[in-house]
Amino acid sequence: MSYLPYALAVWIFAVGLYGVVTSRNLIHLVVSLTVAQSSTYVLLLSIGYVNRGTAPIFADVPKGTRAVDPVVQALTLTDVVVSVTVASLLLALALQAQKRTGKTDPDEVAAMHG
Amino acid sequence: MTRQTRIGLFAVSAAGLAALLLWAVAGLPDFGHYRGPYGKVLNSVAVGERHATNVVAAVTFDYRGFDTLGEEFILFASVMGVALLLRHERGERERLTTRIHSDAVRLGGAGFAAGLLALGLYVVAHGYLTPGGGFQGGVVLASAFALVYLAGDYRSYRALAPIPAIDFAEGAGAGGYAVVGVVSLLLGSAFLHNFGPLGTTGTLASAGSIPFLNIASALEVSAAFLLLFTEFLEELAVTPGDG
Amino acid sequence: MIPLQAAIMGLVAAGALAVVLTRDLVRLTMASSFYALLLVVLFLVFQAPDVALSELVVGAVGFPLVIVVAIVLQRGG
Repeated sequence: MSYLPYALAVWIFAVGLYGVVTSRNLIHLVVSLTVAQSSTYVLLLSIGYVNRGTAPIFADVPKGTRAVDPVVQALTLTDVVVSVTVASLLLALALQAQKRTGKTDPDEVAAMHG
Repeated sequence: MTRQTRIGLFAVSAAGLAALLLWAVAGLPDFGHYRGPYGKVLNSVAVGERHATNVVAAVTFDYRGFDTLGEEFILFASVMGVALLLRHERGERERLTTRIHSDAVRLGGAGFAAGLLALGLYVVAHGYLTPGGGFQGGVVLASAFALVYLAGDYRSYRALAPIPAIDFAEGAGAGGYAVVGVVSLLLGSAFLHNFGPLGTTGTLASAGSIPFLNIASALEVSAAFLLLFTEFLEELAVTPGDG
Repeated sequence: MIPLQAAIMGLVAAGALAVVLTRDLVRLTMASSFYALLLVVLFLVFQAPDVALSELVVGAVGFPLVIVVAIVLQRGG
């Protein structure tokens, strides 16, 4: 029971990979990749969790209160914003590929010949 | 390799990968029994050392400020990639001319856009006191501008956010972050080391150089998202002679 | 682990599967936004308000806007 969050992260990653492999549309492929990336957020945050801990913001609670780990939160929050930009770059690439070949299925786009 | 073969191969290897991953995470400490000393040390000393009550913001912009510099440059590079990909083929194009005809949508959008702008500025400014910061507030600011497009028309959005201004703001944000780090070098300490008066804990005038880094990253993130929206929306423009 | 966390984790697992299994593109946008909302609740329950704020603005505004424009461009403008 105490390994459930880690198993959740592995499940989300596997589900995202399944979406990438069986995708029939380039946009669906990029969204499945985003789902696979969200598994890393879940894993990072669940590593830093402390039982009965509160958020690491000491604006209104006294300084000695038990709080969760702030370092993994700092890593995750910049990652969330940046990964959306990278996903848009992938979408722009997908649009260019569709403009060049006229097909939206990843299997058919990959079959380009020189 | 046919599709069926590929899916079968994926099923076998995914099962193996999942087994390996589950065996790997079973070696981690139990959920809730965080062991590592780094987080506990930071929680107890960060408020006293940096006078910032949001320890996550202190970690993002001070203790691990160098990682945030790397993330900002990833943002910069990927938005530059989108601009490169989508910008080169545009010749003479008419702008999008669809207008929203519903008065309720236009009125609601106008009201909410101003409120969103104020909220974004608040979230950015209080980033090192309460939950928030440059990254979150920057995206809220960008969505305030995007609301002008969604509830109004494209011309108003382009008038509010011209591409040269957004380009300059994004470069200024990314460069500003590095410049603050270099100022710290010139003052005799390490790159991105905290400098400046630490002020009173819990007020806006505190935490040394964290407010400057906060503002620089907010500028960069909001300009990056606006540039992203603009590049994608420009693709929808109609070439004269069509339709 | 408190029961609230277990319940939200179950919902997130189901949400990820739902996003991947949706084939229609417009419904995919809605499913992806809803999955982001479930992730926001999960991050809040894990006591991470900053991360929840980031995921909220990005999943509600940033990503759906880009996907919708990409869908329109894919269908021919």
